[in-house]
Amino acid sequence: MAPNGVNGVVHDDEGIDYADIESKYQVEYDEGLDNILIVDGVPVIDKSKLEKLLQKIAKDFSRKGCPIKPENITVPWDDAKGKSKGYIFIEFKNADDATRALATMNGHPFDAKHTFLINRFTDFERYMNMDETYHEPPPEEYKPKEHLRAWLADPQGRDQYATYRGDEVEIHWHGKPSQCEVAFSKLNWTDLYISWSPMGTYLATLHRQGVRLWGGPSWEPVQRFAHPLVKLIDFSPNEQYLVTWSYDPIVVREGAEQGPQYFSPEDEGNNIAVWDIKTGHLLRTFPSVYPEGDEAKKQMQWPALKWSPDDKFVARVTPGQQISVYELPGMHLQGKKSIKIEGVIDFEWRPIGDKDREEMEKENKPAANGAPAKVKKVRENMLAYWTPEVQNQPARVTLMNFPGREILRQKNLFNVTECKLYWQNQGDFLCVKVDRHTKTKKSIFCNLEIFRVREKDFPVEIVELKDAVTDFSWEPKGERFALISSNDPNLGNPGPGITIKTEVSFYQLDRSKGDFKLLKTLAGRTSNTVRWSPRGRHVVLATVGSSSKSELEFWDLDFNMDETRRESAPWGTGIQHLGTADHYALTDAEWDPSGRYLATSASAWRHTLENGYAIWDFRGQELEKHILDRFKQFLWRPRPPTLLTKEQQRQIRRNLKEYSRVFDEEDAAEESNVSAELIAHRKRLVDEWNAWRQRCKEELAEERRKRGMKAEPAKKAPEEEEQEEIEVWVDEVIEQTEEVVE
Amino acid sequence: MFSHPIDFLHQFLSWYLYCAAQSRFLVSGSADNTMRLWEVQTGKCLFFWEFPTAVKRVAFSEDDDQIVCITEQRMGYQGAVRIFNINRDGDGTQQSKEPVSMFNPIGSKAVVCAFAHTPDLILTGHESGKVALFDAKTGEEVLSNEHAHRDVVTDLQMAQDRTYFITSSKDKTARLHETRTLTVLKTYTTETPLNSAAIAPNKPYVLLGGGQDAMSVTTTSLRQGKFETRFWHKVLEEEVGRVKGHFGPVNTIAVSPKGDCYASGGEDGFIRVHHFDESYFRAKPYGDLEIED
Repeated sequence: MAPNGVNGVVHDDEGIDYADIESKYQVEYDEGLDNILIVDGVPVIDKSKLEKLLQKIAKDFSRKGCPIKPENITVPWDDAKGKSKGYIFIEFKNADDATRALATMNGHPFDAKHTFLINRFTDFERYMNMDETYHEPPPEEYKPKEHLRAWLADPQGRDQYATYRGDEVEIHWHGKPSQCEVAFSKLNWTDLYISWSPMGTYLATLHRQGVRLWGGPSWEPVQRFAHPLVKLIDFSPNEQYLVTWSYDPIVVREGAEQGPQYFSPEDEGNNIAVWDIKTGHLLRTFPSVYPEGDEAKKQMQWPALKWSPDDKFVARVTPGQQISVYELPGMHLQGKKSIKIEGVIDFEWRPIGDKDREEMEKENKPAANGAPAKVKKVRENMLAYWTPEVQNQPARVTLMNFPGREILRQKNLFNVTECKLYWQNQGDFLCVKVDRHTKTKKSIFCNLEIFRVREKDFPVEIVELKDAVTDFSWEPKGERFALISSNDPNLGNPGPGITIKTEVSFYQLDRSKGDFKLLKTLAGRTSNTVRWSPRGRHVVLATVGSSSKSELEFWDLDFNMDETRRESAPWGTGIQHLGTADHYALTDAEWDPSGRYLATSASAWRHTLENGYAIWDFRGQELEKHILDRFKQFLWRPRPPTLLTKEQQRQIRRNLKEYSRVFDEEDAAEESNVSAELIAHRKRLVDEWNAWRQRCKEELAEERRKRGMKAEPAKKAPEEEEQEEIEVWVDEVIEQTEEVVE
Repeated sequence: MFSHPIDFLHQFLSWYLYCAAQSRFLVSGSADNTMRLWEVQTGKCLFFWEFPTAVKRVAFSEDDDQIVCITEQRMGYQGAVRIFNINRDGDGTQQSKEPVSMFNPIGSKAVVCAFAHTPDLILTGHESGKVALFDAKTGEEVLSNEHAHRDVVTDLQMAQDRTYFITSSKDKTARLHETRTLTVLKTYTTETPLNSAAIAPNKPYVLLGGGQDAMSVTTTSLRQGKFETRFWHKVLEEEVGRVKGHFGPVNTIAVSPKGDCYASGGEDGFIRVHHFDESYFRAKPYGDLEIED
């Protein structure tokens, strides 16, 4: 038994000096003054009023939840003048009470002339003892940041794309076959999915904690936005702002980090947050808005906030009531009031075209030269919205400029079920796809109301269609559009194995008449997706999301003519089918930013059949195909708009032959390099094989000779089959006449 | 008694047929425990041998003098390799019931066999993926390559001069071996289990066939099954083409000795005979490389 201490040894404490240990571990007690506050700004009084004052102060404090007693108040006295000094000491029960009182009573208006200014007693001491000499902070070391657009300076001019497969995100270079390589890859880079910013500067990854942006050649973190459980994100068109959405309302926990980058208690309960990308600051939060109507079917619209193309405004619609436009960067309601529009369902900003951009630059230039600053005209944005039929009022599509809030054009529509607004990406045309019902409301047909926005008074033209239109898309920078229509009875009730028969039609603006005319209709298709090349002209029709059909059709709309001769050529002759391809069970199709390649992918998010991706050229030739299980996402990296002026671009186009010669030479050199290597390798293989065969044959002949067989019975040269030609003469007497020759 | 029509050979399913080089005789082995000799021209059954278990594989020797067969290991009987002499004189009905030689390969079951480059050696492929050479007379294992494949050897076909041969396996590869040393010369790696492999004469190609297991066929789509006959370059080990057609796994492939057509039999119950077209003979997918057959 060990009754005491270790191994039965009883230690004797006595006679040991613990002083050194005690001094070392001595607890520093509070000086006991933390519970004392100094209240300044108290009225200066004489003795007679003292009691009254103390009672009043005690009452004021008590009313705010910090009960004190007059006897705990010490009033310093100026005995010479016989008056108080104008400040008092209050002693609280403990430091916590004092802190609370400080928070609630600091700045308390005691009466009209006096306001309390409260400090801790201990603070006074601290500030008294502060070293007031200025120490220059050591300069922070300059860390050069990587260029966020470095990928554009690739000497080979390659594009990039990102893939997400399993847990791995990869950034690839895409160029000529020999130049394709993985630029970067990282495991568990994202928890949900990845997204590029609209100009390709940032890559966004979504995590439980929020969104992270990455950039530069080595993919360093650039910015982060703490929005827990974020599900959806949306960038502003010029990459200045980010909108995030989470299904779970914002909760600010106690002790959560505070600051401009974090949510504050006012944001609680909201779902949508707007952030400044450069600073990472939170600008404003909003609750999500669901369209009115059926509770079960209601689905939030995304993007919930729509950006004006210049990043100056962001707007959201409260269905049925109003459009609220906020001014950036303050995120204040523009004009301090929303645009009240009864019944409004949806709206779209008009995009800025290249023309507008040039004009804007011209306007800005003189100012840059230091010329007398012109009164800068605020450029008017334009937005289009529609309202449904309400009682006796017809449905209506309206064009409005903003911030002028002036109605530019209105069009009444009848028997409307649904409207969809499609702006051409240069803002030249607006197409309103109007789903209309017959009087009996049994069948649905479609009208296209096309507004020509660049012309005076915004003329509207109507294209009437008999069938329901399932997809519509403008040619980027063009005057054409493609639409998919269907009269399949299965339309609207999708089921497994049902492939809906569709028709694809192309329309083009007839410049002589100024209206849109049908170019060509492709009947009996199953295509449900139209993908225009971002540079126009080429278009791909795809059957997406079907398990039985997965065809891709590549079309050229300006075959055998260049842009300048388009007018003179006969109508609709330029349209040409370039190729057909097939990517089994594809779920997505996307053009690269240059419009030269198309990528199709089959994502494991949708199904698990032959997941992977393929890259095609614009003619439908397969360049790459990768079947990868657990493949999820394929995204081309977008490019910012070109910095070359119109004139420079024209110059390049004119000298295209010269440029292409350089590239051709490069290609040829490389090809001969690669093929020389490959040919040598093959030659070696074949030589090895031939040598081995020779040896084999000799050995075999030797063995046979030993066995006493003929040398090479195997070498029975395939004898030419003897062919016997049989000629048969057939004489047929048709008629015989006898003539007597005299 | 044996005047079955030509297309109704055995009472049970036939495992394997082998036609003699001179195209006079045909030998067939079947699950009804018999091996039969047929006259090709008339379809007459000339002779039959009866065994205690099913016949898995039969093959003629190069000069048609001998037949080798493998019988299944079942019901207490060991798997056996038997070699018979064939009497080619007369009408062919006078054959010896007794094998000239018989032996039981020990270890993993032999599933495929053929005469090697000399008639006194028998080449076998085994369930374990082993490929071995046996002395035809003594039944001794002369040489073996235990790790020729990682799964069952499904087919073994000789080149015309028997100095090399191709094997296919469920391990999704086909391999070209030198007969004398059993060294692997070439490997053709595919993504499906292979059932058959053949060497095309006069052209540097090999033909591979296979597909998803018959058991899991119904659960896979036609596209995923990969029921195509694949053409690989024999020397460069690169795939050069595919021929579609079957809607079940390809079980067997044979190229005509002249190399002008090939036949494939599939799980779908079809035998497809494909004639090579002009371009097959003219095509030189890798340029002007003289390749010895």
